[in-house]
Amino acid sequence: MAASTMSGKRSLSRDQILDFLARSWAYIFLLGMVIFFGLTGRGFLTLANFSTLLVTSTMVALMAIGQTYVVITSGIDLSIGWTVGLSSVICARVMRDMVAGGTDIGLAMVIGVVLALVVSLIPGFINGVLIARIKVPAFIATLGMFGIVRGAAFLLTDGQQIVGGLPNNLQDALRAFGSGSLLWWVPDQGIVFLARPTGLPPEITRGIAGLLPFPLIVTILVIIVFGFILGRMQFGRHTYAIGGNQEAALRSGINVKNHLIWIYVLAALTAGIAGVLHTFRFTAGVPNAAEAALLQSVAAVVIGGTNLFGGEGTIRGAVIGALIINVLSNGLVILNVNPIWQFVVVGVVIIVAVLVNQAQAALERLKVNA
Amino acid sequence: MPDKTPLLKVTGVSKFFGGLTALNNVDFEVTPGEVVALLGDNGAGKSTLIKCVSGVYKPEQGGIHFDGRDILHSSPAEIREFGIQTIYQDLALAENLDVGANVFLGREKKRMMLGFLPVTDDEYMRVEAAKVLDRLDIHIPSLKQKLVNLSGGQRQAVAIARALYWNARLVIMDEPTAALGVPEQRKVLATIRTLKDQGVPVILISHTMQDVMDVADRMVVMRRGRVVANLPRKEATVDVLVKHMVGGSEVAE
Repeated sequence: MAASTMSGKRSLSRDQILDFLARSWAYIFLLGMVIFFGLTGRGFLTLANFSTLLVTSTMVALMAIGQTYVVITSGIDLSIGWTVGLSSVICARVMRDMVAGGTDIGLAMVIGVVLALVVSLIPGFINGVLIARIKVPAFIATLGMFGIVRGAAFLLTDGQQIVGGLPNNLQDALRAFGSGSLLWWVPDQGIVFLARPTGLPPEITRGIAGLLPFPLIVTILVIIVFGFILGRMQFGRHTYAIGGNQEAALRSGINVKNHLIWIYVLAALTAGIAGVLHTFRFTAGVPNAAEAALLQSVAAVVIGGTNLFGGEGTIRGAVIGALIINVLSNGLVILNVNPIWQFVVVGVVIIVAVLVNQAQAALERLKVNA
Repeated sequence: MPDKTPLLKVTGVSKFFGGLTALNNVDFEVTPGEVVALLGDNGAGKSTLIKCVSGVYKPEQGGIHFDGRDILHSSPAEIREFGIQTIYQDLALAENLDVGANVFLGREKKRMMLGFLPVTDDEYMRVEAAKVLDRLDIHIPSLKQKLVNLSGGQRQAVAIARALYWNARLVIMDEPTAALGVPEQRKVLATIRTLKDQGVPVILISHTMQDVMDVADRMVVMRRGRVVANLPRKEATVDVLVKHMVGGSEVAE
């Protein structure tokens, strides 16, 4: 053993480097992109741009968190994009109609949020029952739900592209949270708490950046809670076990059916949260708010190292994946690249991600059997 | 101290599937500390008998007693609780998890983080898994390894360790060496001997005559749902066993 270590020292260290690269390539790639856009794009490396970029990323990140649980159990949820829209529409419509009916704005907001979240769980629950109990393949069940939820969302907007017409005082209240921040950075003045300063000259106003935007805080909390459950708790362990070997999970007494139902409910919950945040940020209900974000969320999950065949994946990876996609979009826009190129670039990154993850798994097997 | 009281006692068991007689008035016993090989051609009734013992099938006639207790009407989960652990050919392991997680799968040990957050106690599970592997004289380089990176024999060992950890009093193994290379087969057979030395009886289903001759104390041959031979090792030769299996000789009758 000692002899083989001695003779193989050179190649071992090379393997270690390869292993390190394969494991952390997503971080390195993200860092590299930030440096590249920082050097080439004017205005990329500013607090204001980063703040916007992070808040924009919350949509894909939230959806990718729920999707990670689903994909670890070797499923897929195609419906959560429209669940985001349904949640956004319900949230906006309930608030608008209640305020119009004379309800206090604060109360209307609370009820709007709670109702949006609760209704979001319904498609998730039905997905779970179809997949776990009736054995409908996840792809088919959630594709069906994709259409149903899409229809429901547009029915609630009466066929419009948007639930607008929210009264100004309600819009202000939504904006206070959706576009608000716990801390603000103001050029030449430093850090300001809560209230965004107004009435400053435009060159200073342009530099104002939310250091801890509320939607980002909500997303970080979701990341922590869902990451903890997956990584440290029994629920997470069972999630991996089901993805690794469903039969083994069953035989060891895990209630696989109920667990799978919970997984799809959780995915719907993260989508519901994303929808509510969308309504708060844009002060309107948008049924197709996450039409593009759905596939981006799957892409984020894959870039983050989650195995589409199940059994492997992390919340951390999904978040890094979401950041990579959004940094790419943001950077390419700043570089004035035709936005169509984003699709091509993100597509290339997804394929490279899968190749690197496969290489890493092969490398690990080689190392252990050496 | 060989105890002659049977731990498992199957008496006059019959099992039918429609018009097919899968088991026909089968008697079968296992005493503590013995390795019993269950032999027979495909369709002879070995698997059906094992599934009756582990509670998956309910026989139409006969009785099954384990340690004096009637287990004929117990569920598979109850029978596992009583200490009959069956290791199927596919092992039922989650290969994406490590050794500790697999030994404790579905029965994770938890601890309270910050006094209120129930988290899995991975360190405890790893240490306990290491202890039971030690007991089986099995060495796995890194218990933090996912099972997918372990050899077939090591995975087999993890499956045995899991059975043993959850208080196995009788281990049933279905073709444990079928998918293994020769050195690994030896290791598994050595593990069966270790189990026997610790007083845990083993029922070994195998097609590999060499394995059976190596470790079994007694050979039970089945054919067409009946037990056609029940021989102590010293009376068994490969020739005799094969004759019983294919029905070329009626020596037992």
